[in-house]
Amino acid sequence: MIDVSTPPTPQRNRPILGRRVYRPNTRHVPVLATLVLLIVMYSVGVYNYEGFGDTQVLLNVFVDNAFLLVVAVGMTFVILTGGIDLSVGAVIALTTTVTATLLAAGWPAGVVLPLVLLIGTVMGLGMGAVIHFFKVEPFIATLAGMFLARGLSLLIDRNSIPITNDFWIQMAQKRFRFGEGVFISLNVVIALIVVLIAALVLAWTRFGRNVYAIGGNADSALLMGLPVGRTRIAVYTLSGFCASLGGVLYSFYTSSGYSLHGQGLELDAIAAVVIGGVLLTGGSGYVLGTVLGVLVLGLIQTIITFQGDLNSWWTRIVVGILLFVFIVLQRLVTRKAK
Amino acid sequence: MADQLKMTGIKKIFPGVVALDGVDFRLLPGEIHALMGENGAGKSTLIKVLTGVYDIDGGEIELAGQQVRFTGPLQAQQAGISTVYQEVNLCPNLSVAENIFIGREPRKFGRIQWSEMRKRAAALLARLDLDLDVTAQLDSYSLAIQQMVAIARAVDIQARVLILDEPTSSLDASEVEQLFTIMRRLRDEGVAILFVSHFLDQVYEIADRMTVLRNGRLIGEFRTEDLPQMQLISKMIGKELEALEEIEEQAREASSPERGTPILEARQLGRTGAIAPFDLTIHAGEVVGLAGLLGSGRTELARLLFGADRPDHGELLVDGNASAVKSPREAMAKGIAFSSENRRTEGIIGELTVRENIILAMQAARGWTRPIPRRKQDELVDKYVKALQIRPADPERLVRDLSGGNQQKVLLARWLIIEPRLLIIDEPTRGIDVGAKAEIQRLVAQLADGGMAVLFVSAELEEVLRLSHKIEVLRDRRLVEELQNGDDVDADRIMQTIASGATP
Repeated sequence: MIDVSTPPTPQRNRPILGRRVYRPNTRHVPVLATLVLLIVMYSVGVYNYEGFGDTQVLLNVFVDNAFLLVVAVGMTFVILTGGIDLSVGAVIALTTTVTATLLAAGWPAGVVLPLVLLIGTVMGLGMGAVIHFFKVEPFIATLAGMFLARGLSLLIDRNSIPITNDFWIQMAQKRFRFGEGVFISLNVVIALIVVLIAALVLAWTRFGRNVYAIGGNADSALLMGLPVGRTRIAVYTLSGFCASLGGVLYSFYTSSGYSLHGQGLELDAIAAVVIGGVLLTGGSGYVLGTVLGVLVLGLIQTIITFQGDLNSWWTRIVVGILLFVFIVLQRLVTRKAK
Repeated sequence: MADQLKMTGIKKIFPGVVALDGVDFRLLPGEIHALMGENGAGKSTLIKVLTGVYDIDGGEIELAGQQVRFTGPLQAQQAGISTVYQEVNLCPNLSVAENIFIGREPRKFGRIQWSEMRKRAAALLARLDLDLDVTAQLDSYSLAIQQMVAIARAVDIQARVLILDEPTSSLDASEVEQLFTIMRRLRDEGVAILFVSHFLDQVYEIADRMTVLRNGRLIGEFRTEDLPQMQLISKMIGKELEALEEIEEQAREASSPERGTPILEARQLGRTGAIAPFDLTIHAGEVVGLAGLLGSGRTELARLLFGADRPDHGELLVDGNASAVKSPREAMAKGIAFSSENRRTEGIIGELTVRENIILAMQAARGWTRPIPRRKQDELVDKYVKALQIRPADPERLVRDLSGGNQQKVLLARWLIIEPRLLIIDEPTRGIDVGAKAEIQRLVAQLADGGMAVLFVSAELEEVLRLSHKIEVLRDRRLVEELQNGDDVDADRIMQTIASGATP
């Protein structure tokens, strides 16, 4: 009837605890895989198409996807906590529509810019609060946010509105040149600054580490006394901010506001993050991976453009296949780790 | 000596249940204090109150003479109360050093100082006699070591009160010994340690004093040397000693089964990396015990028999027919049921009620197109809730609100209800109190008398000895010996086999 504790085993010498079950650089494997893929894709492009090797072709990938990069960085934070943010595409639409409408109405750029950034941030804050306080699944809460933002922008204007504001046009045309015909736009600079800050925050701050901890095990994080609720809300707020900043970059890029901008962009962002090696279950991944993921998506588009005779839907097909491959890869890597 | 912690008249009410009813509790600095009680006695609730997970509905908490009230784990930690839970509550994806320091990382200008953190982590672990690579990801270490890391984290919070909730349930003997060394060292440094364990021997080895709870009430506070084990047990379950012994007698009476075609026969069955090829036969009415240390291949063997893992060697015969059991579904169709050791992740569905959990396997066996009539459900569930004394005896309560032991009983009921011919039970009594243990053991014996074959997997040798007709001893993922249970077989004999690794 009485418990007998586990029987004695032959005594080992102390300290006994040093044996590792496996060597874990498995965390780097997905990022390395993406890097290899990127190099292979680039090599294939250079080999097959004339002019593909121009520096500007590569830089254009950045130029054309700077807004996606910013959005994907915000998404990285969200997915690292094990969540998802479906609203980002719609927030872009809302941002561009509000921007174009207010600028057309003669509001000064100095007011419009902070205002639209605030709108996206507050939306993110709201979704984060709903997720945390009402224990709503992130998928549902951000889906609602997506409908709300998209609906609002449709309500404001159904048509595409051109932006003619001087400041906006200046920003859109700003180029940083590195020689003959080699340049990047302001968007790229902003995006790279965002990436840099995000990488530093994730690696060197408490907030960043809490993001990883929550993704690893939210219940444990709570019991360890970490500010789980605050961090979670902050992550969606951040994603909302990144989405509206992405929207501003998008309005620089297209010089227009349109309620149908950014349709399906949330899925591109998620795809980029996942291809970049961030685990959808959270807790593992790097911003650098996300950058690589965005580059992979951009390079696919470039290749299809160079090929010339392919329907642009091939982008989607290839992205779909890549997603499958990478999700399976993640699975294999994490399973091997077990 | 002044009390380090004093709780008076603590009251905690959940909808429909009074979990704690005026409980007094105190901890002295520099003592190891065991909190004893059955499952559902209120131990976990008391700990959660103390760690700020639950707010109290009445009573007072004083810490070092000052009245306190916690609104969350963070406040409790800041006040110097640290907790290490049964399940390792750390983040598996972070490094060892981070797990120790997260939330309290050394920083300069808001920037985490990684090298400083690693240095301090290594120093702290060295103090606990642990030699780990602090930069390694936590889940690259075994559960036992993760547990030690959790303690290192708790200790670094400059704990004045350290709560260890079932810290030893996943540790082997030498690891337990090491844990105790650490506990004694901390006690000598003046830390008040609250220790919860179901292993009475461990409690008697380490605890200075103990507090006994039953049904949410305080039974008493005792010095360990003043309270013999049998008295402690009777205080915990509130039954007289004779009643206890009676249960034991009943369980022992299991008679030897008749022979015939075995229900299950394994011929050189094995799976690389999990368990070496083994022979095993199980007859109707026979209880076969699997004994061996943690990680010796007990669970792996059981999973092969149930078709949960695919063997890559040998064959499995059911009723003498070489029909491979390829999946748990096929196993269930052949009347084999498997009650998993890991009730949290592989068995219980916390969001469903007790009734729904119990009915699950039977419904699955019938197919979803033929729902079990509600009246029949209630009838069956009622019967098993009574038979297993599941508490609270409310079939409509969510399973996640039940205590661990009662969850285990629900899981058992789920499989009993389909009346299997062979029931594989993996660690049915781990983390369960003495009273519930006796009930489950008695039930197993009864079932076997009724003709059911049982494969009983347990780390507790006494239990295996008491119930089994024959005992299969495992060591290092190999079945090393089969013992017919008799007067000449006792725990020492099995331990010898495990230690020496005799070959059949």
